Amino acid sequence: MNAKKTLPSYLEQTDAVKARFDRLKAREVILEVNNLGKSFPGTSGKGEKETVALKDVSFQTHRREFLCIVGPSGCGKSTLIRILAGLETSTSGKVLLEGKPVTGPGKDRGMVFQGYTLFPWLTVKRNVMFGLEVNGAGHDEAESQALQWLSLIGLEKFANAYPNQLSGGMKQRVAIARALANQPRILLMDEPFGALDAQTRARMQAHLLEIWRKIDITIIFITHDLDEAIYLADRVLVLKAHPGEVQELIEVPVAHPRSTDQFITDEFLATKARLEELIYAKSSHDDEEELYPMMSRLAEVDDNVE
Amino acid sequence: MRRKKYFAVHAELSPRAKTLLGIFSFVLPVLVWCIVSYVPAVWHPLVVVSDPGSVSYFQVDMRVDPGTFAQETATAAAENRALPVGKPANPVYLPAPDEVLKAFYTAFTTPPASRDSPWLHQSFWHSIQIIFWGFTISSVFGVPLGILCGTYTPISRVTEPFVEFFRYLPAPAFGALAVAVLGIYDGPKIAIIVIGTFFQQVLIIANTTRKLDGALVEAALTLGTKNVQLLRRVVIPGILPDLFRDQRILLGWAWTYLIVAELIGTTSGITWFITQQARYQHFPNVYAAIFMIGIIGLGTDLVLAYMGKRFFPWDSNGKV
Ligand SMILES: Nc1ncnc2c1ncn2[C@@H]1O[C@H](COP(=O)(O)OP(=O)(O)OP(=O)(O)O)[C@@H](O)[C@H]1O
Ligand SMILES: [Mg+2]
Repeated sequence: MNAKKTLPSYLEQTDAVKARFDRLKAREVILEVNNLGKSFPGTSGKGEKETVALKDVSFQTHRREFLCIVGPSGCGKSTLIRILAGLETSTSGKVLLEGKPVTGPGKDRGMVFQGYTLFPWLTVKRNVMFGLEVNGAGHDEAESQALQWLSLIGLEKFANAYPNQLSGGMKQRVAIARALANQPRILLMDEPFGALDAQTRARMQAHLLEIWRKIDITIIFITHDLDEAIYLADRVLVLKAHPGEVQELIEVPVAHPRSTDQFITDEFLATKARLEELIYAKSSHDDEEELYPMMSRLAEVDDNVE
Repeated sequence: MRRKKYFAVHAELSPRAKTLLGIFSFVLPVLVWCIVSYVPAVWHPLVVVSDPGSVSYFQVDMRVDPGTFAQETATAAAENRALPVGKPANPVYLPAPDEVLKAFYTAFTTPPASRDSPWLHQSFWHSIQIIFWGFTISSVFGVPLGILCGTYTPISRVTEPFVEFFRYLPAPAFGALAVAVLGIYDGPKIAIIVIGTFFQQVLIIANTTRKLDGALVEAALTLGTKNVQLLRRVVIPGILPDLFRDQRILLGWAWTYLIVAELIGTTSGITWFITQQARYQHFPNVYAAIFMIGIIGLGTDLVLAYMGKRFFPWDSNGKV
């Protein structure tokens, strides 16, 4: 942040990037969210008023788009993606997947959760076979497909291991393979790398981009790590809190293919500056402020750390 | 430092330390029992007569009050008669460890008093069958019902309040009723075990089922799993290790109902043996039989625990 050199506007796009966005927008719309609203009833009896988690959220994603959703804590990111997955019902508005309204969970939308949700009683291979089997595939067919997915994520060696023998990163890779094995139209990911250490997380990001390049999948990815969002996304949907509303849908001007070297490019920094402005500038005046009291000094007067 | 290590909350002990402490948990009560039995100074409130001498109502092996004994001895001495001989002893209901140990062997080898009475091992076998059938019948209904209650809220609401009420009714209270309905032989005994187990079983298994990580269910839903499949492919396999642990604990409870159950109608099984032996004051045999129940119970549990480890290799909290 020192010696603020003037960054270009995050809205400026090179011709290549613009052309790419034109191609992206020319592809058919996969997911359409219209005026989505969700409020949770307050705890009755205590007279608490209801929480409005989402209000009037609308956006569209195109086939093979990588959309990241960012926003301050509690702005309704998880609620939104859970509604998309069909795990939660909206109070108002509609979600359309390829034009058909979403009414409940289904195999056309895969999901990867922040926590580890591999079935602990199944081996890695059987976990990946799970979706295929419940959707009526025979054992042999499911097995051969599962092995292909495992080789895609590079974990064939662990096919017969149980989840509790895997590291966190491996577990999430298997979870991705398990979701993809169903060949969903769209992959929903709620802070999937949130529990991983920085190094593993970086490798997982590159890995996810690699997978995304190879197969016909649209990804909606929630994160609170802005670098992660810019590095991964075609577009970033920024939500604001209380109530959760769309603040801006940003087209990331960073060129493809992505690499970690781009973290210091002007476009990257400009986008990040914009995101920070949207997310943090707002919340510093927020009600959260009062939750942190001024502390009186407890250390010796001349015992300074700075 | 060492003490701190051992007494940290939930401290991890080496397998050796665990085994040693485990053995010690048995050694300690046995040691107390030995001291009470073999050190006369500790308790020994009576005198066991080994030679009645001239006291007409004394008999060999009779246990008398030390005051009476001293008085009779004094009287005999004053009248210059033969003195009775005796030594301090515990009451007959507290036999020494060696007597009980001997009884472990003799109880099995001694033929029953009357020819049509069962041998000890037959009594045991009878008891084991009662437990087996009681527990099996209870489980056949209780386990599925518990799982359904834990999975589907309406089933839970329509079942659990009543079950909750019923489990407070002491099973033995149904003894007379069970006899009226099922006769005096094994039927009412099995019924008592069933009543004693079933209601707890439903509640415990319902709770275990409810504790299944909801995220696993949601993950399965997003993979396209539908309702009945969810039960078979996620709920049941997900709770299986815990269900198995619950069943072990419940089986232990079923054993605790055994004696009461066997007193109902015609007394049978190990209870019959124990009451017979107690009537003839063969207390070492009584203790041996009681300990046998403990050994069988603990033995089954250890076997089941071992089986659990083999069945569920993925289970990370495979303790208890
Ligand atoms: N089941 C629920 N009942 C009541 N309120 C809820 C429920 N789930 C979420 N909320 C509220 O809705 C709002 C949005 O929650 P949500 O979990 O979607 O936020 P988030 O953006 O995912 O936050 P984070 O960044 O911490 O994951 C919060 O104010 C939360 O308290
Ligand atoms: Mg969240």
